[in-house]
Amino acid sequence: MPSYRTPLSRARGLGSAKHGVGHWISERVGAIALVPLTLWGAFGVLRLAAGDYGAAVAWIGQPVNAVLMVLLIAISFWHMQSGLRVVIEDYVHEALGKTTLLVLNLFLCGLVGALAVFSILKVALAGA
Amino acid sequence: MSELAKGAREPPLSPHLQVWRWHITMATSILHRATGVALYVGALIGAAWAISLASGPDAYATFKAVLGSPIGKVVMFGLTLSFFYHLANGIRHLAWDAGKGFEVRTADATSVVVFAFTLAATIALWVIAFMTGAL
Repeated sequence: MPSYRTPLSRARGLGSAKHGVGHWISERVGAIALVPLTLWGAFGVLRLAAGDYGAAVAWIGQPVNAVLMVLLIAISFWHMQSGLRVVIEDYVHEALGKTTLLVLNLFLCGLVGALAVFSILKVALAGA
Repeated sequence: MSELAKGAREPPLSPHLQVWRWHITMATSILHRATGVALYVGALIGAAWAISLASGPDAYATFKAVLGSPIGKVVMFGLTLSFFYHLANGIRHLAWDAGKGFEVRTADATSVVVFAFTLAATIALWVIAFMTGAL
């Protein structure tokens, strides 16, 4: 059955991959969110470095700190995965090697990010 | 290249790094990627912090001892530089994504601003760390 859609209709707003614009925008929105989150995180590191284990547990026990830390970890690991993905795509051209590195990057960010989020939640919820 | 007929010239390749005249905007571009990769490692260290905290006082003390060692402090100083650089230059990239700041003079000027901010913010943060007993 022939398609009656015009080429312009097919191309408009989608690009050849059909989801390129959404991916590009999500990368930028994540980057914008990381501006305040990482600045907060930098001062969190200063505070944590000056205290001991008990102080760190009490700090993460505060709901605002626990939630901001989970958001910082989740968005950072997504951003890292997207960034290193572009680096791999730029420099590694051999198909199997490239695919292997892309999958490793995704799995590493997913695994370590999930471990970090779970750790924060465990500490935050244990004290309540 | 081997399938070319004898006597045919190989097609020209695009020029690579070593033939470009060095320029400050080129340095900022390369450094954005380099600091991004450094911060990838930094985030893994951050995750190790969270996991050590959840593992108890002994694991947490070990983590703090490693980061508090001379090598740990050098790594943290490098990560501070990388963080403030990637933050400032990332905002520059967001401005470009909005279509602003592409003029050569503007791009040169914002490069200098990014380097100045990186140095000033890194020194400020380490002075605060020293004064609050974080070191």
